[in-house]
Amino acid sequence: MSWIALSKEEMARRVADDIFHSAYVNLGIGMPTLVANYLDPQRNIMLHSENGVLGMGPTPAFGSEDADLINAGKQPITIIPGAAFFHHGDSFAMMRGGHIDVCVLGAFQVAMNGDLANWSTGDEDAIPAVGGAMDLAVGARNVWVMMLHTTRDGKPKIVRNCDYPLTGLGCVNRVYTDLCVLDVKDDGFWLRDIVQGLELDELQSLTDAPLNINI
Amino acid sequence: MSKVYPDVPTALEGLNDGDTIMIGGFGMAGQPLELIEGMLDLGLRELTLISNNAGNGDTGLAGLLATGQVRRIICSFPRQHDSWVFDNLYRAGKLELELVPQGNLVARIEAAAAGLGAVYTPVGYGTALAKDKEVRQINGRGHVLEYPLHADFALVKAHIADTYGNLLYRKTARNFGPIMAAAAKTSVVQVTRVVAPGEIDPEVVVTPGIFVQRIVAIGQ
Repeated sequence: MSWIALSKEEMARRVADDIFHSAYVNLGIGMPTLVANYLDPQRNIMLHSENGVLGMGPTPAFGSEDADLINAGKQPITIIPGAAFFHHGDSFAMMRGGHIDVCVLGAFQVAMNGDLANWSTGDEDAIPAVGGAMDLAVGARNVWVMMLHTTRDGKPKIVRNCDYPLTGLGCVNRVYTDLCVLDVKDDGFWLRDIVQGLELDELQSLTDAPLNINI
Repeated sequence: MSKVYPDVPTALEGLNDGDTIMIGGFGMAGQPLELIEGMLDLGLRELTLISNNAGNGDTGLAGLLATGQVRRIICSFPRQHDSWVFDNLYRAGKLELELVPQGNLVARIEAAAAGLGAVYTPVGYGTALAKDKEVRQINGRGHVLEYPLHADFALVKAHIADTYGNLLYRKTARNFGPIMAAAAKTSVVQVTRVVAPGEIDPEVVVTPGIFVQRIVAIGQ
């Protein structure tokens, strides 16, 4: 049987479907930002941005951007009715203090014990940057990762142990890839969903960590 | 004595070699550009900056780094698509970097503002950024001991001040302003306009004037 990996847009829709009513949500920079386009307006989801806003709305129309109204990726945003502004102390209390229901982060690697590596490849020559990734990893109630299942050259990103520098220990609850959805439990990864046509042994061959299957 | 200074140069009087200076802003939002430009020709040495980012393009914070007055920067996210000034200085070994998770940067600034000796934070525990730091298990969870970040000056951009220094900010330009103003010995705040006491509703004051020493009106 043949299978087709999900596009980034399909992955974003898949993540958005799982975000529950009235959740306070932080979407990481990059692919996770796409999730905002597929949130059900009926669910009253509030988007948080670390730079001091709850209630982010869609991208502004060309010409109506405001340099004082940006998101964590420094892109112009709008706000919805009921939004709030606050300073960094309050914003990181929200993140570190367990007030954010769900954060969706990109990643280089996720390990079977929930370890997350997403801030550095360990390349000595790279300009470092960490931002709020460690705060979200430690503080959000549910840490979901959204990433491609393998690297561009086909290496697994779902691993037994991370070999990139860690962002947080044992913090990831769920992983959404272009091939499957995995829950991270005490005994490792559990398959929750798989793209149509992909055989289980083929998914396992693209995955370093062992997969528990119950579907 | 009014806290309102007539212009940027007088508002920046007293900055010295070796000072630690907090600079507000997240990217360009809330970056006190006019105050930073006022520092360009001061010819200071060995400054330490505390700022979330390390500049964009060639102006503002990036322009200040390019003058060579800064020896060290404490920062959470220096890498930007246009952070070439920082990147070149860092690679050439001309600028020391202390990379801090953003919320720990915040907690350390808040600890200084609040007069705390240190804080235990779970953020960074077990990672390279907590290497060689004191750790402690609290309620079964690993924490890292982080020390306060004090500063001689904070340069902050707000929207409206009254003459006592009560401040309002604008949208996400608020970011680090309130906590940096509270943490530094001398806070210098640039605003769009200054109003008389009583014109800002006390219920909506964001930074109480006790945290502000100098105000300079820049206009729009």
